[in-house]
Amino acid sequence: MRRLVFVLLLAWLAAPAAGHAAPAAAEVARALADLAGEDVAKREAAVALLGKTGDPKWLAFLGALREGSVYARLRAGKTELVVGGTKSTRGDQDVIEIAGAYGRETLGTVPLAELKEVGADRALRLVIKPFLDADETRAQLADRDPAVRRGAAVKLGNQAAAGSEAVVEAALQKETDRWARHALAEALALIRLANAPPATRAVPALALGNLHSSSALPALGRLAGDAGASPAERDAATRAIRQIERWGLLTTTVETLFQGASLASILLLMALGLAIVFGLMGVINMAHGELMALGAYATFVVQNWFRASWPERLDLYFVVALPVAFVVAAAVGLVLERGVIRFLYGRPLETLLLTWGASLIIQQGLRLWFGAANVDVSAPSWLSGGAPVMVGLQLPYNRVFIIALAAVSVFATYWLLFRTSAGLRIRAVTQNRAMSACLGVRAGVVDATTFAFGAGLAGLAGCALTQIGNVGPSLGQNYIVDSFMVVVTGGVGKLAGTIFAAAGIGGLTKGIEPALGAVFGKVAILIGVILFLQRRPAGLFATRGRNAEA
Amino acid sequence: MRRRETLALAAAAIVLAVVLPICNALPAESPLAISNFTLNLFGKFLTYAILALGLDLLWGYAGVLSLGHGVFFGLGGYAMGMHLMLEIGAKSVYQSALPDFMVWNQVTALPLFWKPFHSAAFTLAAIVLVPALFGLAFGYLAFRSRIRGVYFAIITQALALSAWLVFNRNEMNLGGTNGLADFKTIFGFPLSQPGTQRALYVVTAVTLVAAYLLCRWITLTRAGKVLVAIRDSETRVLFSGYSPAGYKLFVFVVSAVLAGVAGALYAPQVGIITPAKIGVLPSIEMVVWVAAGGRGTLYGAVLGAFGVNWIQSWLTTSYPDVWLLFLGALFMGAVLFFPDGLIGALGRLGARARRLIAKPPETISVQSIGNKSLDTAHLSQATHVMSRPPRSDK
Repeated sequence: MRRLVFVLLLAWLAAPAAGHAAPAAAEVARALADLAGEDVAKREAAVALLGKTGDPKWLAFLGALREGSVYARLRAGKTELVVGGTKSTRGDQDVIEIAGAYGRETLGTVPLAELKEVGADRALRLVIKPFLDADETRAQLADRDPAVRRGAAVKLGNQAAAGSEAVVEAALQKETDRWARHALAEALALIRLANAPPATRAVPALALGNLHSSSALPALGRLAGDAGASPAERDAATRAIRQIERWGLLTTTVETLFQGASLASILLLMALGLAIVFGLMGVINMAHGELMALGAYATFVVQNWFRASWPERLDLYFVVALPVAFVVAAAVGLVLERGVIRFLYGRPLETLLLTWGASLIIQQGLRLWFGAANVDVSAPSWLSGGAPVMVGLQLPYNRVFIIALAAVSVFATYWLLFRTSAGLRIRAVTQNRAMSACLGVRAGVVDATTFAFGAGLAGLAGCALTQIGNVGPSLGQNYIVDSFMVVVTGGVGKLAGTIFAAAGIGGLTKGIEPALGAVFGKVAILIGVILFLQRRPAGLFATRGRNAEA
Repeated sequence: MRRRETLALAAAAIVLAVVLPICNALPAESPLAISNFTLNLFGKFLTYAILALGLDLLWGYAGVLSLGHGVFFGLGGYAMGMHLMLEIGAKSVYQSALPDFMVWNQVTALPLFWKPFHSAAFTLAAIVLVPALFGLAFGYLAFRSRIRGVYFAIITQALALSAWLVFNRNEMNLGGTNGLADFKTIFGFPLSQPGTQRALYVVTAVTLVAAYLLCRWITLTRAGKVLVAIRDSETRVLFSGYSPAGYKLFVFVVSAVLAGVAGALYAPQVGIITPAKIGVLPSIEMVVWVAAGGRGTLYGAVLGAFGVNWIQSWLTTSYPDVWLLFLGALFMGAVLFFPDGLIGALGRLGARARRLIAKPPETISVQSIGNKSLDTAHLSQATHVMSRPPRSDK
């Protein structure tokens, strides 16, 4: 075991060395011969020798060795190592294409029986791994994508191996991307903190504090409590820790706010449709969650369709899925409204039961059609990943997208309600159905279109949800009660009420979740809503009037 | 109470509480024998019927739709279940005085709130008082701020969801998702014995009859009249000098207690109580029993609880995929086509049949449209209006 550790250490130290220290040809030849042999120590030394060359071709050879495709053959009395390729059958013989160990020059096809497999057991594979990893990290540091470069820098920083200091420093000189530079600087400080001689660690410690490096906290904590460290070092470490922790608090706050905003957006997308329909028709649509699920499944279908027909344009599927989800949900909503709900106007409790029945049927229908298991909706590449906005905080694009979608939907709804003649009619029917009907507004048409619009918004919400959660038949159930709470808290007939209630409930949920956990957070929200309704029984922005029933 | 109703009630009570248990006690080869399984199933339905009675009193009479009665059912069931768990004692799988799931969850001492449930008397009191107090607190807050109609329904649904989430948590020390199960004895009687189950059945049947009488009595009192008035126009009741909140609170607590008692009778007969009985879906299923049977008529609620659950136990064993579709269709159908449920539909059918028998339709001549026939037309319309399903949309 100790030998293994030694070899690993050797490999790590050697891995990032810049120029290829070319060993003599004789040494390489002896190493290859050792590899074909049985002596474990000699084989490991041989791997280390080849790995230390840093030569991509030898590293590729080590990769082949790890995968078990290296063979030995006897040629002119000497053992020669070759790399095997495609296997096939010729006549009654198994044959294999072989290539040279270093240059990979083709050496023809030979019977498998003439070769001896040069395997790599677990111990040997462990020796090979650091060389290949180091090579991979080097390649990543030179990658074109800044995110990949950042990842490599973070990895090097976490390993904090002394040997990688030069590599990181060189990379830092060349780096232009802001976040990659930051990661490299952090890695460099981490490496220096871990490897600098005693009494000189104050500088990297302070640097880490300035970089707000949360991954340095354990090392800094050790330094701060290290009796052998100088007072200056310990002081620097303590200050750095305080700095980092303050920054951490800030990022957590911002992150919580962001999560609250993202939850609020989902609730808003759902509650918007619910609230309009409830205000207009007094209909509580329990099937709203299932309309959302329909939107999500519509997205799934569109995705599969793209995957089958235009795999090269797969990223565009989401753009198509958004309107499709809207239309599908709106169509089902229209059928629901014209088919059954319109017979029950003025009896809200009965529409509640009716739509609950409809929701059960839709849900079970989805389960029978698509199966009970969750389906897989992949994120388009432009929605995966995130935007780093500050150190230690990355805003995922999919959440940003949902917030934007909710904002657009709110503006569209506002415009529709207050800037179009259709909206005027909707508001008229909401205020006084009978009077509007007398004045020639076709209340039935208004009901149908409004319901369809609300359902379509639910479909949009479902489409957006595919990007952040599981898509299954009971998708709607998870959000429906929360959306109802938004409608109840917001009050009926005012868009602003819904928006504020969604923001309040979404923000509060995410705000108290860290303290109470998801379940008791939900309970606390319910209690909060009940207490809130004590003060304002009709919600945040109740329409004032003289109606005693309201 | 009318004479016919009294007779029908007495007959039903005798069949449920006396005849069926006797049939069960008969030897299996007798043609009238009822298997233990069937009697047990009936016992379960009867507990549901007790709950449905309370729900009907609340919804059908006072017009308050609660989508959270599973919570009260669960409170009663868990109270009973906790006592039964403690009664197992060291006969459990882990040979510990603690319930098995606590050993499993590495709880070393019995939580404080479990301790009083060692006492049977405390348990019986808790079955009534816990749902009552919880209902009182929740109802007070809700009715005081005049949360009604759809708002109340939504709040109670959120209550069901929250309670379900909470009961599912292991740190509540209530068995988590698996709930309480594996009961061995009840007040010293072994639950595996058919005799104990038969006795439990009889207790359930008697409780149902008592609950029916209680609810019927409430509907006959002045308070019952006020409840119906609240259902039909709460504002008018308010302006007539009554405080609807107090009446609603009273009926809410009564229905909560009935639900709790039902849960307590359910747990030992079915042998398990889990959070799955508390959640949103079971709570709203309870509403559909009442809707399908006929709200506003107490026997309709009982019939609905029986009928829907009978169909459920048949469908879920024979066609499990269809059950939810059927339930959904039942919701829609009950609301759209049978707003007053099975009882209402049967009543209308009966009325039409009686009319057909009593008076064959005659051709209307000009002369026959006199004052008299106009009056009857008017009257029949009036009775039709009165027999319309109760409006519950305030």
